[in-house]
Amino acid sequence: MTDPFNCMPKICEGGVFAILTFLIQYRQMETITLESQLFQYLITGVTVGSTYAIVAIGFNIIYGVTEIINFAQGEFVMLGGLIMVSFHVALGLPLILAFLATVTLVTLVGMLLDRLAIRPIRRPSVLTLIIATIAASIIIKGAAMLIWGKDFFDLPAFSGRNPITVLGAVIQPQYLWVIGFLIIIVVILTIFFNKTIIGKAMSACADNADAASLAGINVKRMILLSFALSAGIGAVAGITVTPISLMEYDRGAMLAVKGFGAAVLGGLGSFPGAVIGGLIIGTIESFGTGLIHSGYKDAFALIVLMVVLFIKPSGLLGSVEISKFKRF
Amino acid sequence: MLRIAKLPIAVFTVLIIIFPWVAREISAISHYTDIMVFAGIYCLITIGLSLLMGYAGQISIGHAAFFGIGAYVSAILTVRYGLNPWPCMLIGMIVTAVVAILVGTPSLKLKGHYLAMATLAFGVIIYIIFNEEVEWTGGPDGMPGIPGLSLFGFEFDSVVRYFYLVWGFVFAAFIFTINVIQSGTGRALRAIHASEPAASAMGVDISRFKIMVFVYSAILASLAGSLYAHYLNFINPSTFDLFFSIKLLIMIALGGMHNIWGAIIGAGLITFLSYEWLYYFEELEVVVYGAILLIVTIFLPHGLVGVPGIIRSWFRS
Amino acid sequence: MTLKRIFILALICLFSFGLMISCAEKPDVSEKVAELTQKNAELTEKVAELTQKNAELTEKAAIPAGVYKVGAVFAVTGGASFLGDPEKKTVKMLVEEINKAGGINGHKLELIVYDTEGDATKCTLHVKRLITQDKVCAIIGPSRSGTSLAVVPLAEKHQMPLISCAASYKIVTDEETGKQYKWVFKVPQSDSMAVEALYNYLKKRGISKIAVMSGTTGFGKSGREELIRLAPKYGMTVVAEETFGFKDTDMMAQLTKIKGIAPQAIISWSIGPTQVLVLRNWKDLGMTNIPFFQSHGFGSRKNIKMAAGAAECVIAPLGACNTPEALGADHPQKMVTMKYNKDYMAKYNEPVASFGGHAWDSLMLVVNALKAVGCDRAAIRDYIENTKGFAGQHGVFNFSPDDHNGLTWEKSFNMIVVKDGDWAIVD
Repeated sequence: MTDPFNCMPKICEGGVFAILTFLIQYRQMETITLESQLFQYLITGVTVGSTYAIVAIGFNIIYGVTEIINFAQGEFVMLGGLIMVSFHVALGLPLILAFLATVTLVTLVGMLLDRLAIRPIRRPSVLTLIIATIAASIIIKGAAMLIWGKDFFDLPAFSGRNPITVLGAVIQPQYLWVIGFLIIIVVILTIFFNKTIIGKAMSACADNADAASLAGINVKRMILLSFALSAGIGAVAGITVTPISLMEYDRGAMLAVKGFGAAVLGGLGSFPGAVIGGLIIGTIESFGTGLIHSGYKDAFALIVLMVVLFIKPSGLLGSVEISKFKRF
Repeated sequence: MLRIAKLPIAVFTVLIIIFPWVAREISAISHYTDIMVFAGIYCLITIGLSLLMGYAGQISIGHAAFFGIGAYVSAILTVRYGLNPWPCMLIGMIVTAVVAILVGTPSLKLKGHYLAMATLAFGVIIYIIFNEEVEWTGGPDGMPGIPGLSLFGFEFDSVVRYFYLVWGFVFAAFIFTINVIQSGTGRALRAIHASEPAASAMGVDISRFKIMVFVYSAILASLAGSLYAHYLNFINPSTFDLFFSIKLLIMIALGGMHNIWGAIIGAGLITFLSYEWLYYFEELEVVVYGAILLIVTIFLPHGLVGVPGIIRSWFRS
Repeated sequence: MTLKRIFILALICLFSFGLMISCAEKPDVSEKVAELTQKNAELTEKVAELTQKNAELTEKAAIPAGVYKVGAVFAVTGGASFLGDPEKKTVKMLVEEINKAGGINGHKLELIVYDTEGDATKCTLHVKRLITQDKVCAIIGPSRSGTSLAVVPLAEKHQMPLISCAASYKIVTDEETGKQYKWVFKVPQSDSMAVEALYNYLKKRGISKIAVMSGTTGFGKSGREELIRLAPKYGMTVVAEETFGFKDTDMMAQLTKIKGIAPQAIISWSIGPTQVLVLRNWKDLGMTNIPFFQSHGFGSRKNIKMAAGAAECVIAPLGACNTPEALGADHPQKMVTMKYNKDYMAKYNEPVASFGGHAWDSLMLVVNALKAVGCDRAAIRDYIENTKGFAGQHGVFNFSPDDHNGLTWEKSFNMIVVKDGDWAIVD
């Protein structure tokens, strides 16, 4: 039987073809060694983990300045992806322009979130703040559904879709963009919080808001800034990850849960912790899938998370001191 | 909130008892009794959760799991093994209690957001198990054919009968919880909420009390799960997902966390909002729901139970 | 303390009182019911008489004689919106069309659509509302197997014809007795049919070592179950078995594992973005030498576009509504599928998805029944059960008392390959 579609050189009946089929398969079995498989799991895990890590950093920025866990963090990522689709694919703006416009727009959404949902709450208890961010995430998700519909969308990869092979493992160029942006964000944030006045002021709020206020820091403005910053970072995550994983209106909640898990695992408020937490969760999922069973891969990551918390109640790199200042 | 007035309870009881008879006469709301059954089931969970969150100050984003364990134990034992539903309910509560102790003992040592994450993780793991263990749970398609309840030949087969059964349980739980709040345990819980070190210094065995309340709220959730399964005669995992845990959180916050009445009002309101009142908005429903939630959160930081207080202070000024 | 006890006792008394009323009410009611039933029977006769007269008059005068209400429960929002969304759009379009053409025998068709969000509780409450409040003639939907299974007992109890748009055979088959439920029908092909169509094709091509990938949703799970159950019948060996979550962003790990096992073919059973991602990963990993097969859930051109070239050469069993152009001119479904595709594209500016076709089938079955017998639930049920040769979007339906699905895999599936970014029929 010949292949009518020129698609499958290997599904053939008959003697010569069967031998050929066998040979090709045999060669293929040889090329994928256990080592290259493991390396592939690592690459996949690190890429997926990087996304979680960026979301976790977003959580940390807001948590650091306030004491809020912003459950709408995942929606920023979703918005970043979808707005980018509108700008870049639908309107045809060039990549860099669309990128900047998207980040700006999502940053504005983040600031609106603070002004409309967080600041008006007069006597905020921690649960009230959580509920406010959950309500905001419901509204953003609903609005996104009305604007973009329920379909999923794609973005062209930044530098093509031709995979690179390293040590038998396949790497999409876009993976490097995701990992690269994680590194850039970490570097910029480190400089920002340690070298700039505003950054130092924000760190001061993180340590003790009352003391910072006494020292003349406008705490409200710092909170606004923290929302803007983490929304912008969320947007970057959304833009870079959409070419790999597509994007639709209700992806946010899943990303928020994973990111929250990563932030808690690393220790709330700790930026290196967020990166480590994200990468650990990503790699556990990937290795759990590859070596044990894919149905329970999310459960593996969560079990590890719980065990870590039981042993070290403030996460891997979280400090007990910081969490003491927080009411929650 | 130490004393809980008896008059509102009496009035509320009467209202609940006459509800089906009033609803039946008005055709526009004749199906409200049905929705009230679900409201009652959710009330059972929120009453326990309110004790845990509002009084003991411990957050949980995993109670959908206990709700689910109760439902699945009841469903599996009655459908797969043909047992009588009542002992299954009890077994469900025991299983839940054991699970709650195993999870609660290490988890409740965690604070704030860490506790939130640990309970969230537990809830998601249980949900994955419901979804994956197809041989036992039927997987995502769920389990049909769960029998209804009957007692000494009396079948709880109509909506009205089940309504009384569920709300009977709600009242029992309600009264018991009020007793707990007004007893020494309640004082201990409030002490824990106010300051753990202080409570500990006063000789309160913090971890024991926290676990007791956690287990109590889990058992109530399990009972609610069994009642849900036997009423709907069908369960599937998506009922017990993370979003349901968050919905419970919303119920508590919307009603008012520091008051047991808040649990009932919140559960009732959210049930009617999501099952009845908002469907006119069609696809806008989600946005309207979120907006209502946000507005209540902003303007009523103490939840709906705070409304009388606000009105009173208006009149005074 | 005593006060409290008295108080609690009083509460208990009140409750038992309430319960007693509710029991005492029952015999009373049943007597009344018997009485009313008799009256009803008498009246029905009269009504039948009048209806006949009315029909005659209607024919003569063509005056709109009222409204036929049909209920629909779809998962329009929430996790399963990829099912409910095209379903709702399809039925809205059809109802508009029917009413523009003068309705059904002069009756306006009114469709009441409720959104279940894929939630069993909500779905049950909506179906109850359709039965008791809206008093519809028949119900179409729900979209998912889970929610459908939840409402089957309701349809049976209230004697309401229900035509589900979900796939599981359990929806129409009582597993204890093996018989079909009296009032419940379904229009999508069962998963086992898609699996048989696929396995039949694989066997023809001499493939026997397969890897199975599936989503953890109801669709994926049920497909996986059938793939494993039917494998021995067609001489298939499942050498690898992997799953992925509904919101997963990457299936590299699963595919890498499969690559190491080197099966002769990969079958993936899922819906939503994951079915596209898995193809991209398959291509990235250089696994195109292992042929890839998708389920009937792949039936939307959008998926081909989203896969960005990776869908090329992928084969899936699909219903006729996906490939109307490829059907022969004398194919019984040629007309209906062409028209549906054209109208849908014109109205919504997006290609047809398989799931919308299920809604088309279910609504048109009800409409045909209404046309023939009017709004009489029992008659509608009987009419549908005896429907033969109904050319729908997903096949030619032949219902019978032993088959409330009315489809066979040979007739309802074509093996379709993605060729140059479009569907093409595999001979």
